Amino acid sequence: MARPVPESPEPMKPAAFRYYTPKTLAEAVAVLADVASDDGRILAGGQSLVPIMAFRLAKPTHLVDINGISELARVTVADGKLKIGACVRHAAFYQPVCDGPLGKLLATVVRSIAHHPIRTRGTFCGSVAHADPASEWCALVAMLDGEMVAQSKRGQRVIAAKDYFAGIMTTALDEDELLTEVRLPLLPADARVGFQEFSRRAGDFALGMAVVTYQVVGGKIATARVGIGGAEPSPRRIAEAEAALIGKPPGATAFDAAAVAAAAAIAPLEDFHTSADYRRDLVRAMTRRALDSAAV
Amino acid sequence: MTDKTDIILIINGRAHAISVEPRKTLVDAIRDDCGQTGTHIGCEHGICGTCTIILDGDAVRSCLMFAVQADGRHIRTVEGLADGETLHPLQQAFITHHGLQCGFCTPGFLMLAVNALEHNPNIGDDELLDVLASNLCRCTGYQNIIKAVRAARDEMRGAKAT
Ligand SMILES: Cc1cc2nc3c(=O)[nH]c(=O)nc-3n(C[C@H](O)[C@H](O)[C@H](O)COP(=O)(O)OP(=O)(O)OC[C@H]3O[C@@H](n4cnc5c(N)ncnc54)[C@H](O)[C@@H]3O)c2cc1C
Ligand code: FES
Ligand code: FES
Repeated sequence: MARPVPESPEPMKPAAFRYYTPKTLAEAVAVLADVASDDGRILAGGQSLVPIMAFRLAKPTHLVDINGISELARVTVADGKLKIGACVRHAAFYQPVCDGPLGKLLATVVRSIAHHPIRTRGTFCGSVAHADPASEWCALVAMLDGEMVAQSKRGQRVIAAKDYFAGIMTTALDEDELLTEVRLPLLPADARVGFQEFSRRAGDFALGMAVVTYQVVGGKIATARVGIGGAEPSPRRIAEAEAALIGKPPGATAFDAAAVAAAAAIAPLEDFHTSADYRRDLVRAMTRRALDSAAV
Repeated sequence: MTDKTDIILIINGRAHAISVEPRKTLVDAIRDDCGQTGTHIGCEHGICGTCTIILDGDAVRSCLMFAVQADGRHIRTVEGLADGETLHPLQQAFITHHGLQCGFCTPGFLMLAVNALEHNPNIGDDELLDVLASNLCRCTGYQNIIKAVRAARDEMRGAKAT
């Protein structure tokens, strides 16, 4: 007897949308102002949005494709800041985009984001707009207190990292705002930088990560930033871990204390991969290793 | 809403004038509208890499782009690798080193690896491993794919040197 044919599931095809290709930023925010309230969205690299559309978890009615806006494809250095435009792709960071430790740190971190054929399309600002808890760029932005430049037809505003990340895939951006640029402070030449993450397979979203920088003056740590991503709904600096470093000589004792402090300070996400205890221990290990990797 | 747009996809040097809805992914347009079925579709959400093509010199997942985004751009697919009856050195290496079994993932691996070797003919073993980790294969266990790509790299480099 013939086996019953299972009902075919919804096809893996995005739902229909209206498609716009503005050539300037002004045009883009004008279109967005018209369509945002009717589930209109920005299409940047598409490396997060298109998969979600394929599953029909998102069915945007309008897509405003910003890939043709050449004024947004620039990385510039001005006023002591690195300014990363909305169309700058992950792969742009393979080679240092600026002198000093920041360029080196970006070139290290990009190697942990997805895979090469995704990095050729996905954008830095798209990651920051999407705000996945395990986004490496988001962790870096939080650690460095980066600034987000949001543009709408109503005007422009600059949002500090501590006011920007608002939970899992949630940010302070309004629906008619385009994230035109992310600004990161350049790091001084003597800043040491480190990054470590853990994921179950190469290229997967990480279960936890630490990104750190510190300066040593007279044999003691004088400034320190410790950012943790992937472990909580949003990435953030961990003041307790930074306090454990300040005034101490760089080395195992201070690094262990900071790692333990970071693990204690977080309120870990739990999912079917990990318990809260596991994630705490992972954050401890990643913080320790990031500090170690910065020391060399 | 389902209005179609006229676009041109230049696949392996040949222009295909087609009419597609904006929601049609690039891989669907390449296969269904242009008839170039060498590029395969697996997961359709960016995980497996079997749909990998080369777009204006860069390896991309063609299931994560809309066809309208590739209007007027140059696309290379597996059909463009061989020179008439002569296989590309990488295709030959896949045969020699048993880099495929069912062959489903092969077009994606070939385009991924060709792109990596063209960008950096001297690519090191570790970096190659990192690139090849982009795609999934359910048959080979990867070792023979890695062997094949390393062999092709060495052969292509040798050919350049002489
Ligand atoms: C297999 C796979 C593995 C991945 N692994 C990782 C990983 O390990 N780490 C990681 O961080 N990411 C990973 N990603 C996601 C990838 O980095 C995406 O590129 C990134 O999350 C989104 O950037 P995008 O430019 O592709 O944005 P899109 O997909 O185009 O957009 C994402 C969202 O942000 C909005 N948006 C985009 N740009 C703007 C803007 N300028 N202003 C306002 N809103 C905007 C869109 O409307 C949409 O809602 C992975 C993706 C895949 C397919
Ligand atoms: S079909 Fe495109 S990545 Fe799987
Ligand atoms: S050869 Fe069968 S999936 Fe790779």
